[in-house]
Amino acid sequence: MGKFFAVVLVLVAVLSAYPIIGNYFPLPEDISTHGHLIDSQLHDTMLEAGVAFIGAQLVLAYFLFAFTGRKSDAPLKNFPGGAKLMVIAAFLLVGTEVLALGAFGQKAWATVYFTAPKADALQIQSQAEQFAFYFRYPGPDGKFGAIHPDKIDEGNQNYFGLDPANDVDARDDIVSGELVVPVNREVNLMLHAKDFGHSFYVRELRIQQDFVPGLDLAVHFTATKVGKYEIVCTQLCGLGHYNMKAYLNVKSQDDYDKWLKEQSQ
Amino acid sequence: MASTVAPAVQSAPRLGSRNGAVPVSFVGSSADRASRSGIWVGIFAISMSFAAFSSALFVRQGTPDWTHIVMPSVLYLNTLLLLASGVTLEISRRSLTAATLIESDHARRARIWLLATFALGIAFCAGQYIAWQQLRAAGFYLATNPNSSFFYVLTFIHVLHVLVGVAAIVYLLGRLMASHSTFRRSLFENTAVYWHFIGVLWIYLFLLCLVKL
Amino acid sequence: MHETSVEPVHVHAPPQGFWRKHVFSLDHKVIGKQYYALALVAVFTGMFLSWLMRIHMVWPDAKIHGLELLSKNGAPGGVMTPEYYLSLLTMHGTLMVFFVLTNAPFAAFGNYFLPIQIGAEDMAFPRFNMMSFWTTFLAWFVLMLAFVIPDGPPIAGWTEYTPLSAVGRDAGPGMQWGASLWGISIAIFCIASLLGALNFIATTLDLRAKGMTLMRMPLCTWAWFITSCIALLAFAVLLPACILLILDRHAGTSFFIPGGLVASDRLQPHSGGSPLLWQHLFWFFGHPEVYIAILPSMGIVSHILINSMRKPLLSAKVVIYSMMSIGFLSYMVWGHHMFVSGMNPLSSLTFSFPTLTITIPATILTLIWLGSLYGARIQLTSASLFAIGFISMFVSGGISGFFLAQPSLDIYLHGTYFVVGHFHMVMGVASLFGVFAGTYFWFPKMTGRYMNETIGKLHFWITFIGTYLIFMPMHYLGLIGNVRRYQSFVDDYMSPYLWLHKDMTVAALITGAAQFLFLYNVIYSRFKGAPAPENPWNCTSLEWSIPSPPPWNNFGDRHPIVYHDPYQYGVKGSQGDFVMQDSPEQIIASGD
Repeated sequence: MGKFFAVVLVLVAVLSAYPIIGNYFPLPEDISTHGHLIDSQLHDTMLEAGVAFIGAQLVLAYFLFAFTGRKSDAPLKNFPGGAKLMVIAAFLLVGTEVLALGAFGQKAWATVYFTAPKADALQIQSQAEQFAFYFRYPGPDGKFGAIHPDKIDEGNQNYFGLDPANDVDARDDIVSGELVVPVNREVNLMLHAKDFGHSFYVRELRIQQDFVPGLDLAVHFTATKVGKYEIVCTQLCGLGHYNMKAYLNVKSQDDYDKWLKEQSQ
Repeated sequence: MASTVAPAVQSAPRLGSRNGAVPVSFVGSSADRASRSGIWVGIFAISMSFAAFSSALFVRQGTPDWTHIVMPSVLYLNTLLLLASGVTLEISRRSLTAATLIESDHARRARIWLLATFALGIAFCAGQYIAWQQLRAAGFYLATNPNSSFFYVLTFIHVLHVLVGVAAIVYLLGRLMASHSTFRRSLFENTAVYWHFIGVLWIYLFLLCLVKL
Repeated sequence: MHETSVEPVHVHAPPQGFWRKHVFSLDHKVIGKQYYALALVAVFTGMFLSWLMRIHMVWPDAKIHGLELLSKNGAPGGVMTPEYYLSLLTMHGTLMVFFVLTNAPFAAFGNYFLPIQIGAEDMAFPRFNMMSFWTTFLAWFVLMLAFVIPDGPPIAGWTEYTPLSAVGRDAGPGMQWGASLWGISIAIFCIASLLGALNFIATTLDLRAKGMTLMRMPLCTWAWFITSCIALLAFAVLLPACILLILDRHAGTSFFIPGGLVASDRLQPHSGGSPLLWQHLFWFFGHPEVYIAILPSMGIVSHILINSMRKPLLSAKVVIYSMMSIGFLSYMVWGHHMFVSGMNPLSSLTFSFPTLTITIPATILTLIWLGSLYGARIQLTSASLFAIGFISMFVSGGISGFFLAQPSLDIYLHGTYFVVGHFHMVMGVASLFGVFAGTYFWFPKMTGRYMNETIGKLHFWITFIGTYLIFMPMHYLGLIGNVRRYQSFVDDYMSPYLWLHKDMTVAALITGAAQFLFLYNVIYSRFKGAPAPENPWNCTSLEWSIPSPPPWNNFGDRHPIVYHDPYQYGVKGSQGDFVMQDSPEQIIASGD
């Protein structure tokens, strides 16, 4: 049975690694400026993880193959180096790769979180609610009107609770169910939760950020390719969570300007 | 192969009655050591819980809607009552340490001071209730503002723990009555440790409320 | 053969009468079995729920006959509603994490064997012990009530993030009384666990037999002891969190609910609370909790591995220190569940480093287990198969954690099936393998009968292969961005991968069915299994020096004296290639 176990382990190692090596589950195309940092870090981690995973399963397989079914008087041996070697190996191997990935891998994190958006980044506000995303553009005056939760009226499509009658800034705000952005232009997306926790996730943008009720959060990105991409909610928010999505529509600058003009009318 | 040893005497420190078992000096059976460990472990866990409440308070305090409440004046009296109860308990405990028989003078003194501790403990609890009344009279209920919420929660949970201590004291008082022939000191020692902890905890909470709320 | 010393004072009187013997027993062995029975009920319930979930995920409109009996509102005509899927998901997680993974490896086996392995007659506080089981039972009962109330169980997941879990019915179905029952149940569970942990710690510190120094305790005892220290602090924090949540829900306070929220078209009457506060409190408990789930299994697996390889580990001391460091570090990493939660991004980095560092003791353990197998004489039994399988599973599950520990990668992988695959492999499989191994190993001691080895081995192979087939694909799905906690996959990018979900469902159903082999084996062998001697595995620890099943006070009227560490294998003993811990015979090396 030990030999059989060894064979099963080898199969486990090979069959688990195969879909990765064969790239049968490829990452979605990267349309962001920082995504390549995440992708290369993922690649490096996968390589090290793969070596560790396959290595461990194969070593286990070999030991099972060699040391099961032995006679009761077969000599017992100790692994040369003993526990000391294992401790040193753990510290060196793991310690170094862990620290390396930990230290160098923060570039992607820093790019997303520690660099402020440029002064001329396009300001868009997003509101997440059960079970939809809405997006608000400040309009020609460049200012967002205030949000009044008591004025929210889904029936009349006043999702943000704007008060254009009394609030000048709100009069030219554009509300859309789609996040339309121009290509190659930095966007600063402000995140506002209307009711519960939600999360903004666009795979191709390599962006994910929770909407936290009561907190003013923002995430900035630059989309580098025209196209339509799914925005999905990744924070459990109620029964419609599975269906809560919107589209990121990246247009050329001209198309974007055209769209914006249409919305203003 | 099994070695045989003469049966050992009861090693738990005990008080005896005039015609009861002859008590021996404190040796410490494993059961008593375990109960002492148990009390300290329990104290550690309770401290951790209050640490969690405290950290929740600190986080909550950082928000813009934090307003201050006025400390109910009776709290100062309550603090004195609880501290006094710690003193009376100590007097009781030391009397008990000196006692060897339940009918002795030392034991009687221990009983009296224990009764005083009980009274002060109950007075503290009553005083906390009055504190809540005072706060309600000033318009601060549980949900009025985050400040009052924490005050009620912290003081209520603390009172629950005080009542556990009071129950232990009542049990001890019962055991110290002359009708029983033996009495385990370790129970008293552990109750004392617990009661002093509750006192120290109150000082912390009192100062916390004073400074933060 | 067994040296003894005499110590006075029995911890409690011998049990008389049916109720004292079998129901409200003070005997740690009975209590251990009660915990195990509760865990069995919980695990089969949880497994059944996962079947329902997996079936629904691939066939969302399927009519599941009989489901409407479980919930009229949740599954009208047998077709599961999206909210009911989330209810089942919540109950699955809650039952499995609390009532299975904390109960079985820790409370059940720990209660049964820790006192015996240290040479004690019972736990330090038998009455508290009985109370802690029945309090756990009460917690389970309160939780299960959520199934019978009309609105159903809560839908916010076992993590019950606020404000979804705090505002009440406006959050959705099940979020009124269902969520309250959850909060009350878990608060009761906290109290039960605190009592239990207290017992374990006091017992380990003070009731060890003569000669049983801390370093001579078996590795599983060490694991239970370290786990109880972790549990003491972790549950002491969850309890306040649950209390504050219940107050938010019912007393109008705003610990976790900010102002200005509009849910179900109603402006919520709260203000100023912090959803992140709940996450911090919850995960401060939640992360140590997962180590509470895995550490006992690590100890059990080590113990069984040594016995089946007939040689000690490369260093028991290093294993003990590694387990201790894991326990210590487990308190510094909770923020890795919150990398993209909106907390300070700098905090995310500071949480990442201890998370990555925990890899070191985990690797040390793995390398020691692997390295110890070299040159051994491995005997494969159902118990040792699961123990060795644990190593494979722990490697697989642990390595995926390495990805998630890096905030940059977590940006992409958070909230996807990569996470689901990771925690199921370490907790749902590896930890459970420790429980299976322990069951096969200790069953003869607990009942005086062997379990059926053929069925046991079949159970192992189906489970080992089956769980790889279920949970390994989840990592691939995570890589393409498959979001978790979805009742079905309606996103465009998911359609090319739905076939994989179907495969996983089939694997889950088959693997789940194999668990009934285990259940049958346990029940049948209890009554009809082949009789087992006192020490069927030629094991060295103290539990194997007493009759099977043990008498009510474990060692009878004697109290053992311990002479050696618990892993004297590969030596020339009077009974074979081992020397028992309480045997005064000298250790003579085997000369090879």
